[in-house]
Amino acid sequence: MATRSRAHVIVFLAPAVLVYTAVMIWPLFNTLRLALYTSGEEGRVFTGLANFATLFGDPRWSGAFWNALGNNFWFFFIHMIVQNPIGIALAAILSHPRLRFAALYRSAIFIPTILSFVIVGFAWKLILSPIWGIAPSMLDAVGLKSLFAPWLGRESSALTTLALISVWQFVGIPMMLIYAALLSIPEEILEAGEIDGITGWAAFWWIKLPLILPSIGIISILTFVGNFNAFDLIYASQGALAGPDFSTDILGTFLYRTFFGFQLQLGDPHMGSTIATAMFAIILAGVCIYLFAIQTRMRRYQF
Amino acid sequence: MTRRTLAGLMLTTALLGTGAAAQDVTLTIESWRNDDLSIWQDQIIPAFEAANPGIKVEFTPSAPAEYNAALNSKLDAGTAGDLITCRPFDASLALYDGGKLADLSDLGAMANFSDVAKSAWQTDDGAHTFCVPMASVIHGFIYNKDAFAELGIEPPATVDEFFAVLDKIKEDGTYIPMAMGTNDQWEAATMGYQNIGPNYWKGEEGRRALIAGNQKLTDEPWVEPYRQLARWGAYLGDGYEAQTYPDSQNLFTLGRAAIYPAGSWEISGFNAQADFEMGAFPPPVVNAGDECYISDHTDIAIGLNAASPNAEAARTFLEWVGSAEFASLYANALPGFFSLNSAPVEMADPLAQEFVSWRDKCQSTIRSTYQILSRGTPNLENETWNASANVIRGAESPEDAAARLQAGLASWYGPQQ
Repeated sequence: MATRSRAHVIVFLAPAVLVYTAVMIWPLFNTLRLALYTSGEEGRVFTGLANFATLFGDPRWSGAFWNALGNNFWFFFIHMIVQNPIGIALAAILSHPRLRFAALYRSAIFIPTILSFVIVGFAWKLILSPIWGIAPSMLDAVGLKSLFAPWLGRESSALTTLALISVWQFVGIPMMLIYAALLSIPEEILEAGEIDGITGWAAFWWIKLPLILPSIGIISILTFVGNFNAFDLIYASQGALAGPDFSTDILGTFLYRTFFGFQLQLGDPHMGSTIATAMFAIILAGVCIYLFAIQTRMRRYQF
Repeated sequence: MTRRTLAGLMLTTALLGTGAAAQDVTLTIESWRNDDLSIWQDQIIPAFEAANPGIKVEFTPSAPAEYNAALNSKLDAGTAGDLITCRPFDASLALYDGGKLADLSDLGAMANFSDVAKSAWQTDDGAHTFCVPMASVIHGFIYNKDAFAELGIEPPATVDEFFAVLDKIKEDGTYIPMAMGTNDQWEAATMGYQNIGPNYWKGEEGRRALIAGNQKLTDEPWVEPYRQLARWGAYLGDGYEAQTYPDSQNLFTLGRAAIYPAGSWEISGFNAQADFEMGAFPPPVVNAGDECYISDHTDIAIGLNAASPNAEAARTFLEWVGSAEFASLYANALPGFFSLNSAPVEMADPLAQEFVSWRDKCQSTIRSTYQILSRGTPNLENETWNASANVIRGAESPEDAAARLQAGLASWYGPQQ
């Protein structure tokens, strides 16, 4: 009886599992497999971990890889220290019961998220353009023209500028998730706090923030995965060479250049897969650390 | 009923068959130049068909970005056209090595082309040529004639004059001396390094010595162009670090910049956009009277599908492509894409005529990184983009950049080790 009743589960799961296997799992494992081969004189040759030895052992490859990884961590760091606090602050303001036009602000802040990367990259490139851009003339209008620099063209500032553009685009997502979490906090808890004399800032710090911590954890891990898979914004605004002097090169653009080739450089699917495998490992490690080390220790409250 | 229809059809076919010439052949051309469709249909093909009755030609281009992939799969499937438009260097060489392109070394029209013109479509040893060269692009500087007249300056011939002119424009302040940015990187390499470089490495002589391993990128002729580029930064517009290729084009055609380091492919676009008179000068030489060298980069050619059933007719067409008549038709239809034919071509466009006139007084060469040297990792062409942009921005010294490129090249290229 018990075995019969389970048969339908398999039937219902089958379509999803098959489609997911065909378009996600199989390509993923095939990419991992491709990393173990290289193209020799007569077609594909199995070389074991030789590609990884090249990627981490050859000073050129490893230099490019660590540069991209370092840039990726900086990109993620800027997101964590700018996007999430702003998202939380916006959500806290929006959830204030006496705020007027809350729906309008909410939509306005969320709109950039639904724009294409290409549009965002292009629009910001125009805004920040030293020649036609609105940023230099706006700074000029308030007498701060001297503060303007061609930020996207300088090694010191290009990556941070792009990270902030990305924050501008995606700040709507943490805002929405935390807004939802804040709305789900029961009034009784806040009222109980008020009776004990905890109001305003203290109420936010001691009552609301602990209750939205799980949401912040989820947002952090989503940001992590998104940032380490990022490619589009850099490609759209700086091109595949991720200039100036590879200062905006992240793992995604490094993978793209290697896998598909660029200009006179022919694509190398095997080294490309090696980089993709390394990216997969990094993201997997990050997600595992979150799932096992952080999420299990996080306290949850039932209302 | 059916039988009668069939008979009728057969009769019609027979009649049509006799209407056209007995050996009527249709040749199909594969190309990525879909921009040129009307030029081929209205000018080039009618001229050929009028001279060669019995051969019909069809031009069937695909999108530039898809061309290589589409062509390869068509060739593999045996459905590609008889004539194949050839990309320069390794892309076409791979097709020839794979037996997809026929050897055309014995074509009579090949005598009309110089060795440099053919180098992009030859085996590495130069023994076999597999495409008939069609056009090249020439590097130089386009300048705003009105601005030059206003400031009372003449196009410079030597390096010192070049910087004197830039200083004068900068001092006056009305115009940005030179319109170029480093954001897209390739301009710095293509319109910068490859533009002025041949004067230092003596064109073909230096390029071949580099391939043979007799010269290094750290040798004086290859470092000096970087030293020159390092001086350019001071004359580019405000915020040139973030200036893109379209920005530079617009700055120049709007009349805000006086000089534009150019490739001749800009000519038709600039003619349409700019409402001032333009002139051009070749890359300046070090001392007055020095032999001058220009980058006359081979860009497009046409070859024969080895599996074509109409090889005879196709060869007739290719002979015609190699003729002076085709050269004149093509160069005039597309100003800025210059015929590689040794026969001089008279062009109506004055700017294009100016560019091509340098071939008479200067030696032609191609971009130094394109043949053989960009086959490995790190890729020399891509590294040159990065190095040129770095040097202009002052982020890397010319010597360091050259040493880095040399180390990269030597890491995989035997003759340089």
